[in-house]
Amino acid sequence: MQAHRRAATYSSGLLAVLVVTVLASAAIGDVAIPPGDVVAAVGNQIAIPTSIGVSTTTLGVPFVDVGIPVPALHASYWHPFAFDVASTDETIVVALRLPRVLLAATVGVGLAAAGTVMQGLFRNPLADPSIIGVSTGAAVGAVAAITLPALVPFGLEWMAFGTGLLTAFGVYWIATENGRTPVATLLLAGVAIQALLGAVISFLMINSGRSMEEVVYWLMGNLHAAQWADVRFALPVVVAGTLALWAFTPDMNVLLLGEEDAHHLGVEVERTKRILLGLATIVTAAGVAVAGVIGFVGLIVPHVLRLLVGPDHRVLLPTSALAGGAFLVAADTLTRTTPEVLPVGIVTAAAGGPFFLYLLREREVHGL
Amino acid sequence: MTRAERDHCDESDHGDEPDHRDDATRAIEVDGLTVSFGEEAVLDGVDATVEPGELVGLVGPNGAGKTTLLRTISGVLAPDAGSVRVADADHSADADRAAGDDSDRGLDDVGDLSSAAASRRMAVVPQTTTLSFAFSVRELVEMGRHPHRSRFESPTREDRDRVDAAMDRTRTAQFADRSIEAVSGGERQRVLLARAIAQDAPVLLLDEPTANLDLHHAIETMRLVRELVDDEGTAALAAIHDLELAARVCDRILVLADGEIVANGPPEAVLDADRLAAAFDARIAVEPSPLDGGLAIRAMDDPTIDHRVHVVGGGEPAAAAIGRLGEAGAALSLGPVPEGDRAASTAAAYDAEVVTAPPFSAVDSATRERARTMAADADAVVLAAEAVDQPSDVWLECFGASPNGVVLDSTTIAADVGARSDAVGTPAARAPRTDLDSLPGAVDAVAARAPVQGAERDPASLADPRLADGGVDRAVDSDPDGS
Repeated sequence: MQAHRRAATYSSGLLAVLVVTVLASAAIGDVAIPPGDVVAAVGNQIAIPTSIGVSTTTLGVPFVDVGIPVPALHASYWHPFAFDVASTDETIVVALRLPRVLLAATVGVGLAAAGTVMQGLFRNPLADPSIIGVSTGAAVGAVAAITLPALVPFGLEWMAFGTGLLTAFGVYWIATENGRTPVATLLLAGVAIQALLGAVISFLMINSGRSMEEVVYWLMGNLHAAQWADVRFALPVVVAGTLALWAFTPDMNVLLLGEEDAHHLGVEVERTKRILLGLATIVTAAGVAVAGVIGFVGLIVPHVLRLLVGPDHRVLLPTSALAGGAFLVAADTLTRTTPEVLPVGIVTAAAGGPFFLYLLREREVHGL
Repeated sequence: MTRAERDHCDESDHGDEPDHRDDATRAIEVDGLTVSFGEEAVLDGVDATVEPGELVGLVGPNGAGKTTLLRTISGVLAPDAGSVRVADADHSADADRAAGDDSDRGLDDVGDLSSAAASRRMAVVPQTTTLSFAFSVRELVEMGRHPHRSRFESPTREDRDRVDAAMDRTRTAQFADRSIEAVSGGERQRVLLARAIAQDAPVLLLDEPTANLDLHHAIETMRLVRELVDDEGTAALAAIHDLELAARVCDRILVLADGEIVANGPPEAVLDADRLAAAFDARIAVEPSPLDGGLAIRAMDDPTIDHRVHVVGGGEPAAAAIGRLGEAGAALSLGPVPEGDRAASTAAAYDAEVVTAPPFSAVDSATRERARTMAADADAVVLAAEAVDQPSDVWLECFGASPNGVVLDSTTIAADVGARSDAVGTPAARAPRTDLDSLPGAVDAVAARAPVQGAERDPASLADPRLADGGVDRAVDSDPDGS
């Protein structure tokens, strides 16, 4: 079957799986809500803008009494559905469960997509989304924001996002010489910087006093504090970044042949590496900033999908991203329903590891 | 060699060929290319051209800079000096249009081209590709279309046709859906060639495409390249380590040694033993192959000599002969020589038994008899002397003591021996002659006949000991049906 047709078939199938998982997850919890009511509650949120009116308001400048006239948009919305759902159920679904479930889906998509890209780019099965230090860098920012809130000018998310990007850029800068960035150097620089930042995190942790518990939860990755604001922060970045990465999947395939071959086949190797590293890093940083360090999704999910659909990134990247989303939603649902407080990172590792080992034994492994 | 000398040499190499220097149809033009890794210049002022419809072989010893030259042409390495220019696709397809139009020859510096633009002009068949992933053969060939596709476009009719045509041409279509990991080395090389053909570039660079292939697949692969060059007018430059194969398929051969082009011309003109010996720093024999009209080329090992050899003579020739024979493992003796002769000290280094005589005086009869006996007992005797008044009659006598003699043809001695009245009719005049390089082989050949049954030696049997290596002349017919 042609690659693009396979990609379309598998992706639509997995998209359906992801949607079902999200809706099922929103139905599960302390209060069981019938799946029909969940769909109805979600349907009630659908609003279609029907008309956009333009009016003029004046922009007030503080202390200066000059009104600057600016146009403002006023949209009217049409709510096509008005299902009969108990208002408490609708509130539970929309205000409490959906942000968390959607955030899990978003983070799962982002980590799996970034992991696929990093494994392909580094041609190394051990590569994961944070191989050049994004997660560790983000963790430094987050831990600093938790333990030293007075010193941190931004909110935790922005702090983590910023330090994650800064760390990845630093690693890239260290590994670059004469405009070339050998992936082997990049990998080693990433390992060294992660070790260094690990020391910083440990130091901040033992001096964190009463906020130690919060630090530990953040480092293990959890979604229990998810809010709509987090979704609004991460979702656009992850979706845009993943779609942009999808556009580069033919180049990723060619890069798998080695950088010199890729050059001969018309890939602008260094530029493409920069773009891929940049996009994967931004997507990862956005996910880590809102959900903490969630391991295994970005490492295991791409491997599992590679065993199932093959190495062609045109098929692998979208399927891996969607499967990552569904997997993290399922794992997080499990943590919500256990009596103990359970960081989602523990579940992903405990569930993903054995499943991967099973696949490893069952199927012939072809490397990357 | 200076540039002027090299140019002169080029002309003498293929003087009957038209001089293409002013011709506008060039696919690759390499001019004064110098590439250094650190302090060491790997390429030093290399000039080369390849024309459309021409298959040029790049030969030379390991480390001569073949791969570096190809990588610089393909734009992977940036030159320290000089330039690489390649024709664009339209230019080659319509060479007539550009002929005579010197202002716009369609040649651009590789350094100025983007990867995509360069890859539409040049396809590269790598020596080895790490193919440790389960792409299908067809998917790999399709990657050859990558330079022609925009990011969001699905494969066009032309893409599919090119891929199919490339796979048909290379006969890889029959295993199109197999994993690239599951095909053999020869098939894999054909797949990489198919990928390059699908790339539809006017220039094809091949880096040792047959290095890992057996005889049959090597010829098969190069025959496909030859067909492509003939049918499509592709300009191909191939680094080939198999000289016979290069001679067989290439229009022209470039010999690269120590980072310089040392010869450039048609195979039969370029591939001669002396030039190859200099380039490869080895003894090399070239002769027309009786099997297919090509060339038989092989490097010669010095044979191991398990015999006792007596050297008669003195000075530099005798010292050189002893050194060569000693390295080959012969048990040596020497004499008579004057005390303090250069040959005597060399002989001592190889634990040779030496019969010496006081300098500037006649050799007494006891010494003469000892040397004579030593020569007679040896499996072979070598006459190696230099001066005009040599060989002395003592040496001629000792040489004649054994029927298994070889004369080292190093200096004037050959004429000398022939001209001397006292040598006429002696064994020295009839013994086979050889130069220093061929001495071990010649000695081994005569010594192998010992003991001699008193018969006359047949010098013809030793006509060219360089080719008497007992090797097998190989030739494999490429199977036109490719079963």
